[in-house]
Formats: sequence, structure tokens, C-alpha cells
Amino acid sequence: MRDSIRGSRAEMSSRPGNRQTRPGAGTNEVDMFTAFLIKYAEIGVKGSNRYLFEDALVRQIRFALEKCEGAFEVRKNQGRIYVEALGEFDYDETVDRLRQVFGIAAICPMVYVEDEGFEKLCDTVVGYIGETYPDRSGTFKVNARRARKNYPKESMEINADLGEAILNAFPEMKVDVHNPEIMLNVEIREKIYIYSMEIPGPGGMPVGTGGKAMLLLSGGIDSPVAGYMIAKRGVKIDAVYFHAPPYTSERAKQKVVDLARIVSAYTGPICLHVINFTDIQLYIHEKCPHEELTVIMRRYMMRIAEQIAQETGCLGLITGESIGQVASQTLHSLAATNEVCTLPVYRPLIGFDKQEIVAVANRIGSYETSILPYEDCCTIFVAKHPVTKPNRNVIRRHEQKLDEKIGELIKTALETDERMIVE
Amino acid sequence: MEVYLDNSATTRVLPEAAELVTKIMCEDYGNPSSLHTRGMQAEQYLRYARQTVAELLKAGEKEIFFTSGGTESDNMALIGCAFANRRRGNHLITTMIEHPAVLQTMRYLESVGFRVTYLPVDGTGRIRLEDLQRAMSGDTILVSIMHTNNEVGSLQPVAEAGALIKRMNPDTLFHVDAVQGFGKARIFPKKMGIDLLSASGHKIHGPKGTGILYIRDKVKIQPILYGGGQQMNLRSGTENVPGAAGTAKAAELVYAHLDGDLERLRRCKRRLIEGLRELDGVRINGLLPDHPDGEGTAPHIVSASFRDVRSEVLLHALEEKGIYVSAGSACSARKPQPSATLRAMGVENWMLESTVRFSFSVYTTMEEIDYTLQTIYDKIPMLRKYTRRG
Repeated sequence: MRDSIRGSRAEMSSRPGNRQTRPGAGTNEVDMFTAFLIKYAEIGVKGSNRYLFEDALVRQIRFALEKCEGAFEVRKNQGRIYVEALGEFDYDETVDRLRQVFGIAAICPMVYVEDEGFEKLCDTVVGYIGETYPDRSGTFKVNARRARKNYPKESMEINADLGEAILNAFPEMKVDVHNPEIMLNVEIREKIYIYSMEIPGPGGMPVGTGGKAMLLLSGGIDSPVAGYMIAKRGVKIDAVYFHAPPYTSERAKQKVVDLARIVSAYTGPICLHVINFTDIQLYIHEKCPHEELTVIMRRYMMRIAEQIAQETGCLGLITGESIGQVASQTLHSLAATNEVCTLPVYRPLIGFDKQEIVAVANRIGSYETSILPYEDCCTIFVAKHPVTKPNRNVIRRHEQKLDEKIGELIKTALETDERMIVE
Repeated sequence: MEVYLDNSATTRVLPEAAELVTKIMCEDYGNPSSLHTRGMQAEQYLRYARQTVAELLKAGEKEIFFTSGGTESDNMALIGCAFANRRRGNHLITTMIEHPAVLQTMRYLESVGFRVTYLPVDGTGRIRLEDLQRAMSGDTILVSIMHTNNEVGSLQPVAEAGALIKRMNPDTLFHVDAVQGFGKARIFPKKMGIDLLSASGHKIHGPKGTGILYIRDKVKIQPILYGGGQQMNLRSGTENVPGAAGTAKAAELVYAHLDGDLERLRRCKRRLIEGLRELDGVRINGLLPDHPDGEGTAPHIVSASFRDVRSEVLLHALEEKGIYVSAGSACSARKPQPSATLRAMGVENWMLESTVRFSFSVYTTMEEIDYTLQTIYDKIPMLRKYTRRG
């Protein structure tokens, strides 16, 4: 399990096009970065409740860094969040962790130094450029911010003087104030912060700012991605899995737990409910037309998921459905499964193609686990030609055949709900 | 009641073997290459292991090598011989129903330029000697045939094959993968014309991660692992002393009780097969014990196909009652493709997805077989009721 998280991280930081993640590739220059400026996009446009979102983000960052080597201070200061390492830490691990925190738009590794006069600052900045950009060419712009107003130089003056120092040190470099390749930020506060790189974060909103929803988690590719996408909007996630022994194996269940764990790296701990669905499935199989099995089965899954959701304070259901992907995901089928619950059902992948879903699954590191081949002994529950355009009236009529025992079976299934916290 | 009928996947370690392993790990933990007494002590265990196995195979001590398992033994035998004898020829022969440790190694050898012939099998899962005879040619350097098939338990005519090979070309080497046969039959390589023989510890109640490779004296072979030159420069790496000794101890005990156990296993097998035949739509794969040629089947493996029941579903249904079996063979259960052995035997399509393997061990009892049969009688009608319709 841990391995797959690790695998996903490795995959992320080695993606081409993100070479910036690790400055001065292959050398020890990262040692000079001991702090990070965290940029957040959407929270910035919030109104008077903005602090709530910022506080949640700080909380999530602290939580994410708990598992990292080293100690960190996470601070909110004048509309910005700073992460400072207190002593030794692992740069790569820290960046990879931060890249899993929703709400972060970008992570800027920073060098910070004591103010020891402008001369010294020039040396530091020149040293910074030299180490961070080993080819020492290209266009740049210095962008100084003087937060500490008693600093002897004004921002514009700092820009000009630092720029000159850089040009003197590296004659190949050129200034471009409109579209620079390197935007060198220098912030003068109690200490002086220097940064020029932006590592993209996942975006979205900090988890916990948007209530809680119940994810219907199967062992497939789609549902973990759906959970990820809703969590990205700040929603806390619980999950439910329908287990059908002996038609599905313990390994299939373990796989779902593993998937929940992968998603939990982004969402925080997930409460996973495992519902034994065998008897319900067999009962439907016995009483209802075979072509309608899947639709009716899904209707009962939605009903059960909604009951658990309501008991646990979830405000919606999440599924990985995408229009037309399989017979049970046509508009007709979706309408048929949707009508059984009153909670809103969120289907973030509804307009996605399979390839697009796979791309996200790969990025979040769930794909490899999703394609493991244990499951689908349930094929006996899948008709050769399932209905693609179920008529809701017909389905409702056929469901009446289940009236005798289905209530009892659902009750038992809910009572034997196996709960686990996955993180 | 717990009934473990997946002994062709792996077995429970005999307590005596486990004790010996623990003692060597915790007390006599020396490296046999060390010059001091601890090293000497470890070497003694290794000699015990080598002697024991050598005696059981009626081989010389210098002909026994310890590896990390059946897979390594097979790899070393095939790759080591193929490369060492390349000047003599370029052709290898094996069967279509070998374990992946042999089949995949052959595929690798094909990729580096060797030519490989895969012998077909008949409906009982056995090769025909005529096919072997026809496949042999002047540049055949190695033939590899398994002793006991792991999926259906068919016994290959290894002694006859050995005689045939040696008659046709005394220089052609003969390797036998006896991972499923060692511990269930008396195998004497010299008498059977076998030059190399692979066996595994954990299939005979020894520890996992241990393998045996018999290499007849004077067989030309080169190592596949390089390093400190242990085991006569053929298998570098500090010897797994506890593993080798534990395997030898297990083999010693298993062979000491072999006759009685075989008798009991055959009775268990007969009972299980008779019981299964009482059900409709059950097919036993491979030879039956009451067949005139019934000796051509292993005493401890029963492969049965249940019409309209998915093997994995039956497996999990039995598991709920504490009975552990295998869907196909454990090594292939992770891969969804149907068994190569069954396909080579030409079984009907429905059987590929509906076959379960029961495999016994020295611990298997008649009560366990009866309990298993009863459970199957209870489960099958329920499982068949819910088959895929329309």
C-alpha cells in the first residue's frame, strides 16, 4: 500500500515538464531552500469568511507534513501561508506531500536570509541565480516587495540595483520586464525571502471546508477518481463498498481498501463502510428479469448508500459514472438509479472519456491498483444483454416482487456494516 | 473445521523441520565459509542437508546444490546448460504444460537465439514418446520435461523419456522439473537417465525460499549467479543453511513415511473422485485411478471441472466453510487467462473457467475429504441456481 503512494509520488516529481520541481537537478542546491511560500488561488477571492478557508488550509498543510521527516512551522501572514522547516528535512518528500494538499495552487521554494546589508543581499541573490539556474542565461525580472518599510531602499531601487548586480555577474542574462523567463521575487520582511520557482499544486479548496459526502467505491478506475475530484472541492469523503462473497474475493475487498488509502493521501482519513450485498443480489437475481439486474442492483446500492450517508451526516453521494460508458450509465439508466434517492448525487466524471479518467487515475496513483484483476466473479449477475434504456415504470413494477423480503435484507446488510478508518 | 487442500501451492512446515530451522537461525547461525568453529558448525548442517538429499536421490553429495527455490533451480538448469553447451547445438525441447518457471525461461532462451520445441500432450495431460522422438535432432542439447504436472497431476513418462533421449543422443542433457513429484514418488535420476532435477522445499513441508538442484557429475553447466564462488563456483551467495537443513529434514521425514502416506493419499483421491462423480456436470481432468493406466497420475492432485460454476466462486464458497482449494494453479490464479495445461489437453471451453484443484498432503485425512464432499454437495446446487442467464 505504502508503495503505491510512494510510486505515485515518484511518478509525479519525475514528470517531464515539471523539472522545476527539483531545482539544480542532481546536485545539492535544494539544501538552500528551507522554506516554502504557499500560493492559493480560489480562496483569495473569498469574502469575509476567507479566514475560515485559510485556517483550514493551514490545518491541512500541518496534517500533511506530520508524516514528513523533520519539523515545520506553518504560518499565515498577511494573506500568505509560509512553511518553514525547523532544522533538517527532506526537500523532495516535503514538496511531494504539499502537492497533495487541496487548496494549494503553487508551492514556491524559498531561500531566506538575515538582513546583513544590501551588499550582502546582492551576493546572496547572485549566488541564488548561479545555483538555481546553472546555465546562467535567459531573461529575468527582479520583483522586490518591501514589507518592512524601514528598509533603506525602496522597491524600485532594489529592483534596479539587484538587476544590475545580476547582469554584472552573468553577462548572458537579459532583463525582460514584460515576459521574463525568471521572475525573481525578493521580499523584505524581518528576514529576506528569495524565490523564483513555482511548483504547481493540485488547486481546489482545503478539505473540510465543504461538508462531507459518501463515495460509492468499487474496485474500478473511475470511483477513486470521482472521490478525488469532489474532495478537491474541499469536501470530506466517506466511502461505501458493496462486497459479495463468495462472488467477490477478499482480495477484491483488500483492493478497495488500498484504493481508499490512496485517495486518503489527498482527502485525509476515510471512513470506509463494507456492506455485505450477497443476499440482496441473490434475491434480485431470483425475482427480477435478468436484463434488469444491474439497474435494480444499483438502485439498491444507492438506497443503502443514502441511508448510511444520512446516518453519518453526509450531504450527498458521489459516483464514478460517466454517460454511456456501460449499459447502466446511459441517461435512461442514470435516471432510473437517480430517482431512488433524495440526496444529490455528484457525478464528477459524467462528461469524461475513459482516457481522461485514466489520466487522472495515473496522476493520483490509483490506476495501477485499480487494474489489478481480482473481482468480477459477479459476471453471473451481469446479463449478456442488459437493458440500456430501462423504463422506470417497468423497473418499479418489477421491484415490487422484492417487497416480501427486501426490507429485512437491507436491514441486515446495514446492521452488519463493517466500518474501518482508512488513512 | 479447517481443511487445507492447496498443498500443491505450498505446505505447512513439519514441526521437526521448523525446530531445526529455528535452532540454526538462533543458535548455530554461522556462515559455512567462515574459518572458525561457528563456520564449521554451519558447514556440518549443510553437509547433513546435502547427504540427506543425495541419499534420497541415490546421488553423490557433490551433485546436490541448494538454491532459492524451484524457479531458480529451473532457471539455473536451463540457462546454465543452454549457454554452456551452445557450441554443441542450438535446439531445446520441452512440453506445453510446464510450470512458468520452465516455460518463461524457454521463452527467454528463444529470445537470445535458441530454438525451442514444445511437445503437445494428450487428453490425459501426458506427452507421447513418439513426439519426443520426432522432435529430437542432432543439435538438441537439452530436453526438459516435468515429473508431475502441477495443475492436473499427470505423471510424465520421465524414465522412458530418459532412456529414449540417451539412446538417440547420449550428449543431449535431460532436465526434470520434479517440484510436484519430489516427496510423492521415489525418483532416482541416474536410473532414469536424468542429468538435472529441480525440487522445492516448501512443497514438501520444508521452508519457503529453498530449492534443490541435482546436477549429474560431469554435466557441463555454467552459473547464472556470480559472486563469492560458493557451492563449487556454480551457485554463489552465502548458503541458506537453515533453509537447506530444514528442507532436508522435511524430505527425510516425508520419505521415511512415504509408503504409508501414498497408500492413504490414493485412497483419499479415490474417495474424492468417486464422491465428485456422483454430482451431475462434474468432469475429472487427467487420468482416473481406476483407469488401467492409473499409475500415470499423481496421488495428491485432483483437478475437477464443475459445469455452470465459476471456479473462483466455488473457491470462495468453500473458503467460507474453511476449505482451501485452488482455482487452476496458485501461480496462475492472479492472472485471468485460462490455464495453459488445460488448453493443451484440449478440454472443452466451459471447463477452463470452472476448474478447481484439490491437492493433498501428509496431513490430509479421510474425514477432511468427506467434509469437503459434503460441503460441495451443499454448495453446488445453490451456486448453480444463480448462473448467468439469457
